[in-house]
Amino acid sequence: MSETAATDTGFYAEEMTISVGPQHPSTHGVLRFVVKTDGEMINEAIPDVVYLHRSIEKIGEKVTYHGYVPYTDRADYLAAMFANQAFCMAAEKLGNTEVSRRGEFCRVIACELNRLASHLISVGTFGQDIGAMTPFVHALRERETINNLMEEICGARLTYNYIRIGGVGYDIVPTTMAKIAEFLDHFEPIVEEFNRLLSGNKIFIERLANVAVVSKEDALSYNLVGPNLRGSGIKWDIRRDMPYSVYPELDFEIPVGTAEVGTLGDSFDRFWVRIREMQESVKIMRQAMKMIPKGPAISKVPKKFRPPVGEYYARVEAPRGDMGFYVISDGSEYPYRVRIRTGSFTAMSIIDKLAKGIMMADLIALIGSLDVDAPEIDR
Amino acid sequence: MEAKETYASLEKLFPGKVRDFKGDVFEPYLNVEKEDIVEICHFLRTAQSFRFEVLSDLTAIDWPKEEKIQVVYHLFSYAHNHQIILKVDLPRDNPKIATVEGQWKVANWFEREVYDLFGVIFEGHSDLRRIMLPEDWVGFPLRKDYVEQEEYDGISTQRAPLVEKLLR
Repeated sequence: MSETAATDTGFYAEEMTISVGPQHPSTHGVLRFVVKTDGEMINEAIPDVVYLHRSIEKIGEKVTYHGYVPYTDRADYLAAMFANQAFCMAAEKLGNTEVSRRGEFCRVIACELNRLASHLISVGTFGQDIGAMTPFVHALRERETINNLMEEICGARLTYNYIRIGGVGYDIVPTTMAKIAEFLDHFEPIVEEFNRLLSGNKIFIERLANVAVVSKEDALSYNLVGPNLRGSGIKWDIRRDMPYSVYPELDFEIPVGTAEVGTLGDSFDRFWVRIREMQESVKIMRQAMKMIPKGPAISKVPKKFRPPVGEYYARVEAPRGDMGFYVISDGSEYPYRVRIRTGSFTAMSIIDKLAKGIMMADLIALIGSLDVDAPEIDR
Repeated sequence: MEAKETYASLEKLFPGKVRDFKGDVFEPYLNVEKEDIVEICHFLRTAQSFRFEVLSDLTAIDWPKEEKIQVVYHLFSYAHNHQIILKVDLPRDNPKIATVEGQWKVANWFEREVYDLFGVIFEGHSDLRRIMLPEDWVGFPLRKDYVEQEEYDGISTQRAPLVEKLLR
């Protein structure tokens, strides 16, 4: 409690300090905000992060390249596949290792499935945060099927350890392929249904339109990435602009914010980009499943993986944007340094600025629309 | 623009302030004198032919053998789709450098992280507090010679290996 001041109406307005989190359901993991409010309005929201710090970067200096892959899963457990891929890409580049072509396609299929799962969580919990309970259950139902498919592909439902240096751990067998194809046919109309249920809902739209607008300049200065950046109207996707894997051979659109219901870069734009990205992922997977060649899923990689001295910064387009693994090798069996640069970390730093002057309930919408994920912030 | 050309024009405009360009590696980089980092960052961000409007990453590497901590800036431009890496060598016993918060807002959190884990002081930073660890933590964990404190707040940070426990 601080300054007490009389307003012109004669009422006393008092700044109140409250703590939101760390176990608040709308904070997506373990985050805390110290919020200074004047009634419903927020004067300041100070993020207090890193309750989930597991020193993944330091562990990287202590284990071998092969041994580090399972640890990368934990960087962002909603999108483990992408961290696997980014680290393996860095290691492959440093060690000059070929990736088998079938392995590349398996990676694309697995990653896009993972993107669907991650975006489903994001849009589902977003609805739940601001009061729409039903869509959350629908989203999780679909994600459950994806988890089952992932289990068939690699044996794990969340922390996959599927992508290895040189390719992927296990081939995707024809029966699983058929199940994925069946799921995609089932999933496409579900997106439409989801839109009827949530995205087109008048209450939902009015909660999000014009809330927490991120301008292009801010998006660049705060280094927002992924759907948050595209929500502000910047058409940039690593899959297209700094192509990796076999993405250049695939045909897909990059959805950007279009001020659908309010201002460009508002919370709804960011949400809407995610919904449309799910549809693009379905397209990508269909093509990849058609084009996948026969052959080994992983190329021959020595057990003792010792890349020569060098450094590489591998970027992939994860569901929360540009995920970078900066790996430095000193020629030994262990990486000299591993740096993980994640989208949620930078997205979190903008909340302080955006929260000034908005309502308490809109803070929840803001956190949800940025899709920040606590493990990814903390690493 | 290729990293080579970026270096060539920087060398022309800022003689003596940039050096040691490495172009034949995966990620071309150049070294910058620590006094000039803000000036060069400002130039790279605003000059029309570069427009590095994004600080993709800011991190550090500890090199105890060479007695230095290297701060690494990954600059990126969406407009031109090019990138450059700047490295600054700081003495290990007293690493201090000016903040680039004025150039890119995101540097605020990146620099807090580097301060927390490497102990690099960013002079002029608006809010240089630890971000990952508690305020009263001792030491900088990502330094190569870091030894964990034995006890924090009365809780032991050490634990006998599980196997030994089972064998006993």
